[in-house]
Amino acid sequence: MEYNGGSVVAMVGKDCVAIACDLRLGNQALGVSSNFPKIFPITDRIYLGMSGLATDLETLRERFRFRVNMYTIKEEREIEPQTFAHLVSSTLYEHRFGPYFIEPVIAGLSKTPSGDLKPFIAAADLIGCLNFAKDFVVSGTASAKIYGLAEALWEPDLEPEDLFETISQTLMNAVDRDAFSGWGCLVHVLTKDKVITRTLKSRMD
Amino acid sequence: MFDVQSVAHQGPQSRQFNPYTENGGTILAIAGADFSVIAGDTRQSEGYSIQTRYAPKVFQLTDKAVLAVNGFSADGKMFVKKVKQRLEWYRHAHAKDMPIRSIARLIQTMLYSRRFFPYYVYNILGGIEDDGTGSVYSFDPVGSYEREACRAAGAAQSLVQPFLDNQVYYKNQTAGQDESFPTHLPLPSVLKLVVDAFTSATERHIEVGDGLEIYVVLKRDSTAIQSMEGVQEVTTSEEGQRVFYIRRELKKD
Amino acid sequence: MEILSYLNACGGHRLLTRIPPSFDMSVPSVHLASGFDFSNQIRNNFLAERGIPLPKATSTGTTIVGCLFKDGIVLGADTRATEGDIVADKNCEKIHYITENIRCCGAGTAADTEFTTAMISSNMELHALWTGRKPRVVTAMTMLKQTLFKYQGQIGAALVLGGVDSAGPHLFTIHPHGSTDKLPFVTMGSGSLAAMAVFESGWKPNMDRAEALQLVKDAIFAGIFNDLGSGSNVDACIITATSTEMLRNVEMPNQRAEKENKYEFKRGTTAWKKEEVRSLITSEQVTLIGVGDESMDTS
Repeated sequence: MEYNGGSVVAMVGKDCVAIACDLRLGNQALGVSSNFPKIFPITDRIYLGMSGLATDLETLRERFRFRVNMYTIKEEREIEPQTFAHLVSSTLYEHRFGPYFIEPVIAGLSKTPSGDLKPFIAAADLIGCLNFAKDFVVSGTASAKIYGLAEALWEPDLEPEDLFETISQTLMNAVDRDAFSGWGCLVHVLTKDKVITRTLKSRMD
Repeated sequence: MFDVQSVAHQGPQSRQFNPYTENGGTILAIAGADFSVIAGDTRQSEGYSIQTRYAPKVFQLTDKAVLAVNGFSADGKMFVKKVKQRLEWYRHAHAKDMPIRSIARLIQTMLYSRRFFPYYVYNILGGIEDDGTGSVYSFDPVGSYEREACRAAGAAQSLVQPFLDNQVYYKNQTAGQDESFPTHLPLPSVLKLVVDAFTSATERHIEVGDGLEIYVVLKRDSTAIQSMEGVQEVTTSEEGQRVFYIRRELKKD
Repeated sequence: MEILSYLNACGGHRLLTRIPPSFDMSVPSVHLASGFDFSNQIRNNFLAERGIPLPKATSTGTTIVGCLFKDGIVLGADTRATEGDIVADKNCEKIHYITENIRCCGAGTAADTEFTTAMISSNMELHALWTGRKPRVVTAMTMLKQTLFKYQGQIGAALVLGGVDSAGPHLFTIHPHGSTDKLPFVTMGSGSLAAMAVFESGWKPNMDRAEALQLVKDAIFAGIFNDLGSGSNVDACIITATSTEMLRNVEMPNQRAEKENKYEFKRGTTAWKKEEVRSLITSEQVTLIGVGDESMDTS
């Protein structure tokens, strides 16, 4: 995990979710890039963040794109966040004895039977053990620091703009104390009618 | 016969005794304008076992200095004992308590004197300086030290320190128009931050919990603590500063 | 070492066991073979040699228990999942569904307990369909132990399996290497000693339902409060010949106290450089062509 560094966090708000990552790509202690996003849209309403080994991040991104496309074609519908979480989980567990060095974080809005959208977040460890939390999930080299901050700062039922502040402050202050994460931050806030993406003004050391 | 032969074939063997262990727990200290808050949890553990739910990690040295010790608790106990002994000798020689900056330097020399068989402890010293300002000194196990406004150490340092950066130093926060952040927090806010830091660390770190002990060292003429509940005064002399003690329960799982 | 050189011999392909000799390699297929994929092992071993170790997986340093009583079985579990000394999940579910009348508690590597029990659950369902009989606990136990033995302890699942079938109530423990025990009261995980102490002092034959549930709760409490690897809430499951009750979070003795402060930041606290907004509302504008002045020529 420390080879390339990086961290991801996702949080639930009121009818919205947020997912954020740092932008550093390193080679051990050496910083290589300050524009390396770790979050990718899977559908309009699912965003996937991955931290860990950068080569596996690229591999898995393509693999998930393939698998989600196959699902969409076969099922003739968009994949739901829960389903996608299990897809991620099985893909990782398939490699139980030679894992991808990736800890994924999923944020999305899932459809309820009544047609409403419900916030959904999940994280998995590198061999696909899912963690469905109701508040926040984290991954990466700054995970302990993010846990400490998120546990203190997070409040239930935050509006999208307030959730943006909370997730941004959580991530920025955590990565500032982590040698392997930082060099800029990217935040996505998913609401029912739009996705707001912001690049934060943060410490670059 | 067979055993003797097989041992002989194995060649030389080495045995090792590891004199250190980690006993978990976390400490933190925050300095205010005319006060200093020093806190620590009371759980002592080894591996997955709790050795005791009440082992103090924060010790009152004088009426203006409080020392928090975290790491290997046997070393911590011995170290505090020796510091207290040196402070008593100082009192006998000079008929006054040692100034806090001097205690800090004393701790440095005491730690560095064991450079090659260190006390495996992280120290945080809090108190009131001679000029009446609140101060916090933090140390590494071999005596490198620094005066700061706040510091966390121990098992959950990585959980607590970034939170303090954000809430005490206002790191990464931008003030609104014609607003500014205070350079020193008032005592009630600091106490709230300390409690929240520990309850949060208890949630996510398995070695933190059971109880919380907070010491407040307050400049004698300060009025900051008048309206606080559950605060016990533990000042030992009429001169010097005033010291208060607060105890909270933490989760026990 | 043997597997490594073998892998090299077949040019980095999957293990031979997964590609039958008759398989026509010239036909491309989008279907992946099922089972484990070892293709990253060479790379990971190389990485390990270069000093980049395997990151740690979530493990359930756990307290799980099972207890026999007059009418059946009570299973119990705590709900903490850890990653080293950090709590990864404060309220995870460790009592897994096998069949309607069989449940299984898992300790050890979290993913392994999750997937092994899910796999056995599938196979039990198929087996029940095939035989047309109500599934038996020994069947699940045998499937689990054979799976775990096959992987020589590499699948780090320590299980407590319990259920009631045509032959009565059964309670087993299954260790990661595949050995099993059949006992009237069992505990596993890092809190097993704390929980067993409670069972040893409190268990008696032919307890009623309430007594057994209380004993199981007490055993889990012992783990939650005395073992750092266990914590949060108590889950229990009562299985009798006629019903299975899953009691999720029957006890919640570790609710977080209210925080002293509200940490809501003022909007605008975080400075940002760039913003992009992706609208998910599809707006359509319909421009009508040739309405009113001229009708379509249909001649």
